[in-house]
Amino acid sequence: MLRDITIGQHFPGESRVHKYDPRAKLVMTILFIVMLFLASNPLGLALSFALLAMMYGMAKIPFKIIVKSLKPIFPIIVFTGVLNLFFITGEGEPLVQFWFIKIYAEGIRFAIIMACRVVALIAGTSLLTYTTSPIVLTDAIEQLLRPLAKVHVPVHELAMMMTIALRFIPTLIEETEKIMNAQKARGAMLDNGTLKERITALIPVLIPLFISAFRRADELAMAMECRCYRGGEGRTRLKVLRFTKQDLQSTIFCLICFAIVYSTRFLFPGF
Amino acid sequence: MSQNTEQKKEIIRVENLTYTYNVGMPDATTALENVSFSVQEGDFVGIIGSTGSGKSTLISHMNGLNRPTQGKIFIDDKDIWEDPSKIRQVRFQVGLVFQYPEYQLFEETCYKDIAFGPKNMGLDQTEIDRRVREAAEFVGLDKALLERSPFELSGGQKRRVAVAGVMAMEPRILVLDEPAAGLDPEGREQILSQVKEYHKKTGTTVLLVSHSMEDIAKYADKVLVMDQKHIAMYDTVENVFARAEELLAIGLSVPQVTKIFLRLRQMGLDIDTDVYTVPYAVKTILKAKARKDAGQDLHTLAEKQEGGAE
Repeated sequence: MLRDITIGQHFPGESRVHKYDPRAKLVMTILFIVMLFLASNPLGLALSFALLAMMYGMAKIPFKIIVKSLKPIFPIIVFTGVLNLFFITGEGEPLVQFWFIKIYAEGIRFAIIMACRVVALIAGTSLLTYTTSPIVLTDAIEQLLRPLAKVHVPVHELAMMMTIALRFIPTLIEETEKIMNAQKARGAMLDNGTLKERITALIPVLIPLFISAFRRADELAMAMECRCYRGGEGRTRLKVLRFTKQDLQSTIFCLICFAIVYSTRFLFPGF
Repeated sequence: MSQNTEQKKEIIRVENLTYTYNVGMPDATTALENVSFSVQEGDFVGIIGSTGSGKSTLISHMNGLNRPTQGKIFIDDKDIWEDPSKIRQVRFQVGLVFQYPEYQLFEETCYKDIAFGPKNMGLDQTEIDRRVREAAEFVGLDKALLERSPFELSGGQKRRVAVAGVMAMEPRILVLDEPAAGLDPEGREQILSQVKEYHKKTGTTVLLVSHSMEDIAKYADKVLVMDQKHIAMYDTVENVFARAEELLAIGLSVPQVTKIFLRLRQMGLDIDTDVYTVPYAVKTILKAKARKDAGQDLHTLAEKQEGGAE
């Protein structure tokens, strides 16, 4: 069901990973991605996985949830793996030769590395959304992008739009479920039928959903107007982000870990 | 109505129903626990319970929108989940009207929207036409409105179109989740008395979820009281409202008029307290007055329980 979507979901908690300053967390996640692509050796990847496992352990996010979030991208992982398997050519003799397909040892090695890298990528970015509430995250993005306001990028407006969009995802999912149930109760075939039947069956769900989205937009705009919302100028925050000593420790720790992973490339080039 | 329950045929039977949301997830919550009850054909059952007591979850099991985590639901002695591919047939037998059903309207005209259910049942055009017109009449929808877009109508009219959309499927059991929520007193009265009329004329079994004790007392024959995932009481209206203290203890109430009579008795007046509707209250008062006129002292209780009075 729709409820099962876990990408972008937030699991509240009190761990150090949860409490880590969202701005730093965001930057560290980006650095982690960069590092994944720099450290393309197996040892580096293994260390990255160890680092991820430790973070997930600290955040107390069950293993089941990681598996669940990886399920929808499984086809992509397989696809990239297979593609690499076929198109990487090595120096030695091909292991398998069949018609135009030639598989080299390097191809297998690279395919596995690639698959692991995608898994680490998803798991790493998911950790960010699992441990940071969407509202806090957009706050962090707004602050990180603030310098761009100097060149007339509407940073606050963009952040506000993002906050609203994120805020309404669960609401709209709930609404969709309600409407689906109501139409199912009237015999709409949403669970089965041919592709064409299913597409036409979506109309009774989509029309009420759009209408309610417009209605909600209207109501929200009115509510914001009533609270005298006038954009970002001069607005203060209820929760001010503060970079604490703990955050500094965490940041240094992450940077050291990244450095270690990166250095394996030079220290142990064979692995 | 409730005296001859024994002769009626059982239509719904729920056995040890347990339902848990998000099974296996860290946020798994049980909404219903070991719920069992049965409903006789032709009954009008009111369902009450405070918010979060499991009312809505319970009724969405009736037509197979939720599948029980444990337990079984029988309709006509047949397990509805015996063959999951036939669950659609169950949905035609059990019509479910959700809260704020007007948000499910989508067609260009009211007529088409009411016809959506019957059309899904695969009926022929003349039968669909008959059902749409009959359902529109039951909910008191003007014929001229049938060709209008549902989005042009007022809130109350939209609600009627949505209710008619379920009635047009001519289900054997009609389940309504707060059909009067958000309507003005006149609208409430109208829609509920139309449901009652529909129940009388067609003999359809009706389950009505409501927060209003007055509405339940006025329209239902039996009351099912939900409290924290369980059934707290399930009995005739008279028997349930007679247990006023228990109802108050679980955060529910009794009809306003019953409260008045309970208070009168507390103040020492010898008067019956099984009063749940205003017309019956009038009768009871007149009866008491007749007794007083006949020379009986109605304040006898006052001497016995001094201090209970104000």
